[in-house]
This record gives sequence, C-alpha cells and structure tokens, in this order.
Amino acid sequence: MSNGRGSVFPLVLERVCFSPKGFPIVDRVSLAIDAGVRTVILGANGAGKSLLMRLMHGLLSPTSGRITWCGREERPDAQAMVFQRPVLLRTSALRNVAYGLQLAGVPRGERMERALDALKRVELSHLAQRPARVLSGGEQQRLALARAWALEPRILFLDEPTASLDPTAARDVEEVIREIASSGCKIVMTTHNLGQARRLAEEVIFLHRGRVMEYTPVNVFFPAPRSAEADAFIKGELP
Amino acid sequence: MDTFSESLGTALQLIWSADPELSDIVLLSLRVSLAAVLFAALLGLPAGAALGVGRFPGRQAIIVVLNGLMGLPPVVVGLLVYLLLSRSGPLGDYGLLFTPSAMVIAQTVLITPIIAALSRQTIEDAWGEYEEQLRSLGASPGRAALTLLWDTRFSLMIALLAGFGRAAAEVGAVLIVGGNIAGVTRVMTTTIALETSKGDLPLALALGFILVGLIIAVNAAAQLTRQWALRHYG
Amino acid sequence: MNSIRGTLLACLAGLTLISSAAPGEEEFIVVASTTSTEQSGLFGHILPIFVKETGIKVRVIAQGTGQALDTGRRGDADVVFVHDKAKEEQFVADGFGIGRRDVMYNDFVLIGPKADPAKVAGGKDITEALKKISAAKAPFVSRGDKSGTHSAELRLWKEGGIDIEQAKGPWYKDTGSGMGPALNTAASLNAYILADRGTWLSFKNRRDLVVVVEGDERLFNQYGVILVNPAKHRHVKEELGQQFIDWVVSPEGQKAIADYKIDGQQLFFPNARP
Repeated sequence: MSNGRGSVFPLVLERVCFSPKGFPIVDRVSLAIDAGVRTVILGANGAGKSLLMRLMHGLLSPTSGRITWCGREERPDAQAMVFQRPVLLRTSALRNVAYGLQLAGVPRGERMERALDALKRVELSHLAQRPARVLSGGEQQRLALARAWALEPRILFLDEPTASLDPTAARDVEEVIREIASSGCKIVMTTHNLGQARRLAEEVIFLHRGRVMEYTPVNVFFPAPRSAEADAFIKGELP
Repeated sequence: MDTFSESLGTALQLIWSADPELSDIVLLSLRVSLAAVLFAALLGLPAGAALGVGRFPGRQAIIVVLNGLMGLPPVVVGLLVYLLLSRSGPLGDYGLLFTPSAMVIAQTVLITPIIAALSRQTIEDAWGEYEEQLRSLGASPGRAALTLLWDTRFSLMIALLAGFGRAAAEVGAVLIVGGNIAGVTRVMTTTIALETSKGDLPLALALGFILVGLIIAVNAAAQLTRQWALRHYG
Repeated sequence: MNSIRGTLLACLAGLTLISSAAPGEEEFIVVASTTSTEQSGLFGHILPIFVKETGIKVRVIAQGTGQALDTGRRGDADVVFVHDKAKEEQFVADGFGIGRRDVMYNDFVLIGPKADPAKVAGGKDITEALKKISAAKAPFVSRGDKSGTHSAELRLWKEGGIDIEQAKGPWYKDTGSGMGPALNTAASLNAYILADRGTWLSFKNRRDLVVVVEGDERLFNQYGVILVNPAKHRHVKEELGQQFIDWVVSPEGQKAIADYKIDGQQLFFPNARP
C-alpha cells in the first residue's frame, strides 16, 4: 500500500471534486504542489480548506478527479498531519511521540532516541514523562508537531493549527513550524487568520466556495489579488 | 422489625467471626464471578472494539441484537447452558454440569454481551475523536482498535465492573447449572434463596447485607477509578 | 504494546481462578434427591458418616421428586433418592434405573392455622379433614411441583372422593415450589398445607401454623434409592453409587438414619429389607 519514502512530489490534483451529499464542497480543483516553499491555503470559513487538505493527505477519496504523488496513485508514507485540536493518547508525552514511530515500524531502541530528540527540538524535554493530556493547549500542539516531525516526513499538513490557542502559544507553534520548514520538510497549512498567513506563507492558495481562485507567491497575493473574492477577503469583508 | 434487628446482629456476628462456611460461600461467589468477567472480557472487548471501529454491512443489526442481549434473563441463560452441559446434551461428555465451571460458563454467557455492548459504545465514541489522527499516522483499523482498547482502559474498566456486578447479583443461572450443592456450588445468591425457602431469614438477610456491601464496593471502585483517571490522565 | 502482555496475564488469571474453584481429583457421586431429605437436615447428619467410612464425597442436588427423576433420566446424577414409589417403579420399568431399594419412611402432617377455620384440628382421618377444608373453601397451599409430597396430596384428595381439578378455586393456591417456600407462603396466608414432618420440624418461620392432623396410616411416606442405569448412561459411577446404596440400606446406614432427631423426635424410620 505504501509508496515508500521520497516519492511525494509533485503532488498533483486533477479536477478533483468532493461531493459527499450531492453538491461539491471541493469543486474541480487542479493544483500541482512542489517541495520547497511554505504553502498556505487561505479562505473564509466553509470555503473547503480542511476538506481539500484531507484529500491531499489521502484521508479522503475524491468523488471525481485524480490525485497523484510523484505520478503514482498510491498514497506515500512520508507525510504527516497535525489537526486543529491535538489528538493525544492517555499516556506520557514521550510515549505519544514513540507511538507514531512504532506505527512506522521503527525498532524499540531507536524509537526512544528519536522521540527524545523530537521533544528536545520543540523544547518539551522537561515534560517528557508528564501525561500528555494534562499539558496546556500550546504544549499539546507542540507535542503533536514533535510526533509528526519525528517521523521525518517530506510533507507536513497543518489544519488551522493555532486556531484554538492563545496568541503566545500560537507564536510558539509558528516558531516550530518555521523550524520544521527549515529542516527541509514541505509545509502545507490552512488558516483563516490573515496575520498568520502574512507571517508564515511563502505562497498562497486562495479558496472560495471550493474553487481555487488564486495560487500565487505571497508577495504577489497580498498587494495585488487578482480576484474580487480574494480582495474582499484581504480587506476583511468576507467572514 | 424484630427480624430486622435480629438479623443485623447475626450478620455482624458472622462477618466478624469470619465464619468458615460463610467465607467459603463468599470466596466461591467471588471466584466464579471474577473468572466469568475475565473470560467475558477476553471475548467481549475484542468484539466490542471490532464493532466500534469496523464498518461493514449488517453492523447496525449486530449492534441492535447485542444491545438486546444485555437484557438476557439469567434463568434463560441457565436453562440453555443446562441443556448444553447435561449428560444428555451435546457437551455432556465433559461432565461439567453441577460444577463451578458450569457456573462460570453460564455467567460468562450472561455478561459477555454487556461487556461487548458497553465497550463498543466506548470505542466507537473514541474512534470518532481519534480516527483521523490515527489514520494519518498510518494505523490500520486493527491496530487502531488495539490502541483504543488501551487508551480507553478506564472506561472499559468501568464496563467490566458493571459486568461483575451483574454476575455477582444473579441467581437464576448459577442455581440451575450449579445445583446449589453444599460445599461445592453454593454461592451467596443461591444460599440466600435456600435459606429464605427454609424460613431461616436472619441468615439469609446476613448474606444479603454482605452481597449488597460487595455491590456498593464495586460501584465505589468504579466511581473512584473514573475520578482518578480524569485527574491523572485527562 | 502492554496490551498483549496484559491479555495473556488475564487468561492465566482466569484459568487459575477456575482451577482453584473446581475441586481436585477426589471421588464423588451426584445424588439427586428431594428437598425434604436435604432441608430436614437428614443428609447433613448421615452423609459425613458415609464419607468418613468410604472417602466418597456425596454431592446432593435437592429438587422435587419429579425433577430428581428427570435428572436421573438425563444421566446428570448417579443415584436417585426420592419418595414416590409409583413413579420410582415406573422409572425402573422404563429402564432408567436399576436395583431399587426401600430405605426409610417418614410421615406427612397436615399443618394449619391456630384459628382452624375448617375445624379439622385433632382429627385422625386425613381424607375427612381434606373434605372439610374443601367444603369450607379454607385457604390451602399446594406444592404443585410434581414432588413426592405433591403426588401424595393429590392421591389423598382422590381417596377422599374429591376431584381437586373441579373443586379447586381461589382458596387452593398452587405455588409450584419446594416445601420450604410453600410453608412460607402458608405461614403468610394462614393456610392449610400438607408437609413432611422432617421439613416442618426444621422450619423456622411458623408464625401461627401448627400441626392439625397426624398419625393416619395413609400419611406414611416411603423413600426409595435407585442407581441410575449405567447401560443407559455410561458415565454413571456405578461402583461408587452402588457403595452408597449398599451403605444406606446396611445396618450402619439404617442406624444413622434412625439416630437423626430434631428436639428429641425421630424424623425418618429405616425400613430397608435385606
């Protein structure tokens, strides 16, 4: 079932529709995503960002259209996802990270080493033995990032990762995201927060009612949006 | 009310002196019901997890039947197991009828649906919360089911305690398949039934107090488990 | 994870519990008998003597005569020890049992409320008493459970010329229960009831009930012991079961039965013939 490591890019969507209830929530999306720059999917609530991300990650199958990774239809292993609310097991922070590695088939000794290393990178080493679920929101999200990072993915999807966090925690998480990006992992992130998009994005995909309106570098998108919807969004008129 | 205070006195005396016959009866009750819970867990937890995580045609029908089986009358279970284990029945060669093993089998049959149904609900709720993340991490449905069984262990513990309570409190099944033989298959509930029928009400009430005390202790354990888990694991 | 280890530990624990609950390799027989022999305390008295002498443990299932014979038919007991000669002989004739022996007899007594609405107290004729009860429509509790006592009761109604199926009404309570529970019911309802003397003597919840009629020869109640036919059920412990039967009809066994007394009164009268 796996596509092995390294065979993720280009991630190509060809006229992908997702219509679980008859009408398309993701509507004829065609995209080609390459390694490298940090990509942010921007759009109003209900634009279909979360669903698009799940389609890209392979959690959902399109109703019509095709998704390929490096030309192959099999979903590759070397990817990970972090959700808006971190889903953690009822065990220690360290074991949560180790669990992800265990699923990936990493042998026991190496598992613990890599888990500890991941915790160090997100500055949670001092909480390694703490039950994951009693950590603060920001700490939990950083833990989720550590778990994903430890898997050494080629691409990391993030679905509104800071939407439930206070500003300080959000900044901490953004910092970690930047570090992950610098370590060579492709970042694809959704947000409806314009400020965050400005801070993190290197390129922007703007989604409106399930359709891709724009796909441009960040220094083109914000000053000179091509569509009326994007313009309205940036000005804060769309919700 | 004379009988009541008289029996209270008798009860406390019996418990205080750890009367040997009484102790044997209580110990047998515990052994039978605990063994039943263990076997019911071995059968019911995987079944519940499979139903909670799996999606296949007929699943809803199975869940409805399983929930219905929670209300199986103990006497009916007793009758069915009796017919199975009788020398004239299909499993007669094993000579299990009128032994504690038969009682364990009957109680296991009785409480497996309870444990399966309750664990199914727990796992299904947890799956709703965990599904996307676990699939994202690459867990197969089987692997996910095992992970959820471990992660929801405190709620499952409470389901097991519920099963134990039901087993310890029932009389119909163990009476029929055990035969209430003195020193061999006599448990708290069947002894209460026997002593009451002999008109020896103080002794029956004494055992009743102990049994109710046990049930209360089991429920208290469930409550404390819930609170402790919440505080320590979130 | 730890889950696999935990599961194996659970299996081990379960098996340990089961094996410690199940008895070891001791010799034992299963005797299907009636509630009167068990609840009167007779078995509690004579069985320890038998165990001491032979080392064979006896597991007694106390049911009504009808149910005990049924248990024997199914092969779930090794020996049957009941009190309904007609049914016992049928049991043997049908091939389910062999070697029936008379063991002992006890008697039934008619129990009734002190207030005695049907005016039968002190009488010596049981059928007369039953006729009066039926005529007065006084509350009467019946075992209704195919037991030896129930059979005797039905026989006595018939001997008194009463067709109980026709005569019965709300005054006749068919409880379908053992002797003890039936006595409990009679005590609560202040009703008449036919009981075996043994259970009556050890019954503790008498309230306003007393013996109203006794001593009529027709109230005598014969007990018999039968070995379940090993030809029908090869599991039957023929040798051990026969040892039990032989002991019960032997001088020692018969003496043990005669020695059993409640408040100085002998309950069961041994009458085994060699």
